[in-house]
Amino acid sequence: MPGNRFNGFTDYGIGIGLRAPHYDHILSRKPVVDWFEIISENFMIDGGRPLHILEQILEQYKVVQHGVSMYFGSAEKPDREHLRRLKQLVKLTNTPWLSDHLCWGSVDGRYTHDLLPMPYTFEAARLTAQKIREVRDFLEIPLAVENVSSYAEYHVSEMTEWEFLNEVVERADCGILLDVNNIYVSSRNHNFDPLTYINSVPADRVAQIHIAGHSKFQKYILDTHDHPVIDPVWKLYDRAIQRAGHTATLLEWDDSIPSFQEVHREALKANRFLAGRSMAVAV
Amino acid sequence: MKLLTLQRAVARAVMQPLTSSERMQRKAPGGGRMSAYAAQYIKPNDRLSSFERLEIYNRQYWFRVLSSMAEDFPGLRAILGGRRFESMCKDYLTARPSRSFTLRNLGAQLEAWLRQNPAWMRDRRVLALDMVRLEWAEIEAFDGQAKPSLRSEDLGEAELTSLRLDIQPYVQLLELHYPVDDLLLEVKHGNDTPDRASNAVQERRKRSRVRAVTKLEPAQIFLAVHRLDFSVYFRRIEPEEFTLLRALRSGKTVERAIELAFRKSPIPVADRAASVQHSFQTWATLGWFCRPETNVHGKEFLKKENRQKSWAD
Repeated sequence: MPGNRFNGFTDYGIGIGLRAPHYDHILSRKPVVDWFEIISENFMIDGGRPLHILEQILEQYKVVQHGVSMYFGSAEKPDREHLRRLKQLVKLTNTPWLSDHLCWGSVDGRYTHDLLPMPYTFEAARLTAQKIREVRDFLEIPLAVENVSSYAEYHVSEMTEWEFLNEVVERADCGILLDVNNIYVSSRNHNFDPLTYINSVPADRVAQIHIAGHSKFQKYILDTHDHPVIDPVWKLYDRAIQRAGHTATLLEWDDSIPSFQEVHREALKANRFLAGRSMAVAV
Repeated sequence: MKLLTLQRAVARAVMQPLTSSERMQRKAPGGGRMSAYAAQYIKPNDRLSSFERLEIYNRQYWFRVLSSMAEDFPGLRAILGGRRFESMCKDYLTARPSRSFTLRNLGAQLEAWLRQNPAWMRDRRVLALDMVRLEWAEIEAFDGQAKPSLRSEDLGEAELTSLRLDIQPYVQLLELHYPVDDLLLEVKHGNDTPDRASNAVQERRKRSRVRAVTKLEPAQIFLAVHRLDFSVYFRRIEPEEFTLLRALRSGKTVERAIELAFRKSPIPVADRAASVQHSFQTWATLGWFCRPETNVHGKEFLKKENRQKSWAD
């Protein structure tokens, strides 16, 4: 499905994250890139260099917004100032869809600036879906929620992570940003089969896919976005696009960032899997 | 268990300061053992206990916020020393945790908090406060709002008695007791130069920064922190210029602002007109003037523009 209602019926191909160390290269060499993903919060400001760079990028490239602090799963109302600034940015970028994480990170107005895992309960699913609907109504744009990497699980959970994801997206009627690296990381940390997760996701709701690298520690894996994508994650990606068809794909590389060419080359490896895949297959 | 109850409990543990060896505290928020506290909420697995799983998030939180503070306040870090700076940040962030969706605002309350907790600055209180103000001004100047620049036609045939000008919001005006601009540039230059290969070089640079701090003599300076071509600059200005710019920003007429600026000035009366002219030319070149909320004659710009638009329709 090159496009669906959760990504504005677009067919965006393979993109990479727009990161400061690459600004000069992109603006001076103007490389051919299908699209860039920006971290919304980096540009929700009043003026200055970041917005100037973004305006230049927008003249030549397609841009999609990805957020890190909406905290759909936090048990508090969305921050009005946050929403106001986000909508202002949406108008500037014309992003066809907008994504943020299925997690929480703030409570009583205090921010942890982290993507904390949800308790997989029906109450949490109901509240999270309600908040996604509120945000979407305010922003007037399709939303997709991303599954996060996690290192902890709660006693109170009443279902698996993928069941929770399905419960939320069905209730909210929103899209999914399927992060196959996060599924791999969490599967190792919580001892589940990542393919069961991928096979359980409603393929017709997948608006976008994330791929990334991670770091292995002795007792757990950390989602660090500082390495190339490993083969088991590519296999999960392969399965995801078998089910969802050609889907906008984005490589995340946020730490120890190598040259633009190296990051782009890594992202384009996704073509090996996309080639030969039908444009619209849901298994 | 209610979602809010769980999130409050987990957030309290995640935001509780780490031990000196950067591990999660053994004592839980509100007393009791942290291992029991963690086990109440978090499942263990075959490799990690509930405590260890919660600790991952506790450490991530502090590493993230402390590195953000170190990035935003390298000058204050040089003045206090690395260890003291980190301890101070832990206290500050415990007392004033982030209330913004962006890490950009993490240090917004630091100056006010330090004034209430001066012991952190020991005998360098004035110097440290000057540096915090400068470093926060730099953040504000970097991404502050730029309003439409003032055009010559906006001035019309305005007279000084009624003429009002506004200063760009991103221009930050500071009166300081130490030349902390020089110190900050020196600190940043040291930090920017790669020296990972040599501990000896790192040590020399650290000693050099300490010397730079200790030998810094007090000297009153007036500073405009501004940006040009999207880079931030520190521009020393004269006391008269500082007063004039502040008066313009507060909505005084140009005539009144000039009066205030030269009220106690040693500049001879005969030289003042040329001085003011030079200053205004410089600021206009730098793009510091913008169209005020009310126009130069005191009428509201926006209403006027809206009216023109509706006529055009």
